[in-house]
Amino acid sequence: MEDLYREVIIDHYKNPQYRGKLEPHDISFEDDNPLCGDHIRIDLRIDKDSRVNEARFDGHGCAISQASADLLTESIIGKSLEEIKTLNKQDILDMLGIELGPVRLKCALLSLKVLKAGIYGLGEASDDLVE
Amino acid sequence: MTALDVKKIRADFPILDRQVHPGVPLVYLDSTATSQKPLVVIEALNSFYRTYNANIHRGIHVLAEEATAMYEDSRVKVARFINAPSARQVIFTRNTTESINLVAYSWARANLKSGDLIILTEMEHHSNLIPWHMLAFEGGVRLEFIPVNETGSLDMQVYQELLKQEPRLVAFTHMSNVLGTINPAAEIIRRAHAAGAITLLDGAQSVPHLSVDVQELDADFLVFSAHKMLGPTGIGALYGKLELLENMPPFLGGGDMIKTVHLRSFLPNSLPHKFEAGTPAISEAIGFGSAVEYLEGLGMTQVEAHEQEMIHYALERLEEIPGVRVYGPPAEHKGAVAAFTLEDIHPHDVAQILDRYGVAVRAGHHCAQPLHEKLGIPATTRASFYIYNMPHEVDQLVAGIYQVKKMFS
Repeated sequence: MEDLYREVIIDHYKNPQYRGKLEPHDISFEDDNPLCGDHIRIDLRIDKDSRVNEARFDGHGCAISQASADLLTESIIGKSLEEIKTLNKQDILDMLGIELGPVRLKCALLSLKVLKAGIYGLGEASDDLVE
Repeated sequence: MTALDVKKIRADFPILDRQVHPGVPLVYLDSTATSQKPLVVIEALNSFYRTYNANIHRGIHVLAEEATAMYEDSRVKVARFINAPSARQVIFTRNTTESINLVAYSWARANLKSGDLIILTEMEHHSNLIPWHMLAFEGGVRLEFIPVNETGSLDMQVYQELLKQEPRLVAFTHMSNVLGTINPAAEIIRRAHAAGAITLLDGAQSVPHLSVDVQELDADFLVFSAHKMLGPTGIGALYGKLELLENMPPFLGGGDMIKTVHLRSFLPNSLPHKFEAGTPAISEAIGFGSAVEYLEGLGMTQVEAHEQEMIHYALERLEEIPGVRVYGPPAEHKGAVAAFTLEDIHPHDVAQILDRYGVAVRAGHHCAQPLHEKLGIPATTRASFYIYNMPHEVDQLVAGIYQVKKMFS
């Protein structure tokens, strides 16, 4: 519990490095966490080898959701879309370096769900994308 | 009037002794979501299963007779608690939500036609919105909403205007689960009747905390849940005026709701069984009876007075914190619920950090998303108080909020 608001989380929440929008972009997707009204949008620019050149996230919500979005965005630059498709819940928890209960897990995983839904070209960011 | 002996009350609630983290006692400020349960209620469930567990109404043996008597006795207690003219006007349901759905499926579908108007308010819980949305999509009834003004009260002038459109039903909350606003139920009902409408009063928050008298209010329907008033989950009630209930078609079909059954036809049972298909939540209903008895023992006037003291103190302490904004009317016009925002810190973060100090509050839109849209905020943190809360718990909440501020500063 002490760890839940570790410095890295508060820091990425207050001073996100990858907050913003990309215009133009190759992929953009956004969705909400209906439970708490968190909102995340992720924009990607993709190079000819299907690797992420540039990435930005935008949105609002709690520290966990916004910090994990910033960390995730940072981590995918240079990764191929195929690599990103394999990311799951544990990767996010490793990035945050914390354990989360079921309610806050939804906050932490929203950005990954949005990212994967965008890459797969889906209509909504569903839970089974991050299982 | 003697004040509540809160220390003595706390001894009746075993859960209040527990620690939620090592060395951190529980400060439970989430009774608006669900209340804690006193030992008498826990023992009522325990004793049912240990000594007289049986299905009710049809059994001939001793256990079945005892179970039936206790179940029906509980109905009498609940009826007395809201001053219903007779116990058969109290239908046991799963909860407030199911009670509202019962009225929407049974009364509304039999009595409303396309174009008929239902008046709701902007401060409704989703449970008093969605059943009517579903009816509107399906059957073309119209919905209008009494607005909430900046003091957190209903705009009675707009209500008066809406009444000119000859609504058939006015369904509204007695006490907001976010703002804490206590709506002028008697006046709203009187005006609805004058306009030819019937009324559904959502008592989920008021019945646990205020004296609610259905005859004095002249309510047509009153709905409430046991679990918010010291009782078990899975049991609630629908009160209705006799003439309305008598003329309503059954809701769910099955055992116990019938008088006679043939292969191709059936005759429904009389009230209240007409609306209680299948084996009900027997032990929970019995626990509900124990809960209202416990509240009666304390006296609802005393309960109200204690909660007024708590909310006065809570608002006074919360409002002195820079960056805190509490929503809703001043303390004297509201129940013991304080929904607030703290600067632009997300309520989930606030609640999570408060939990570290053992303080259990709720964060989110509290099933009142349209109200939050109206307030222009996605979510609030909500602290609520009940008979077992003490002023020092408000102090712990306040100390926790200062810790949140420090962490996010």
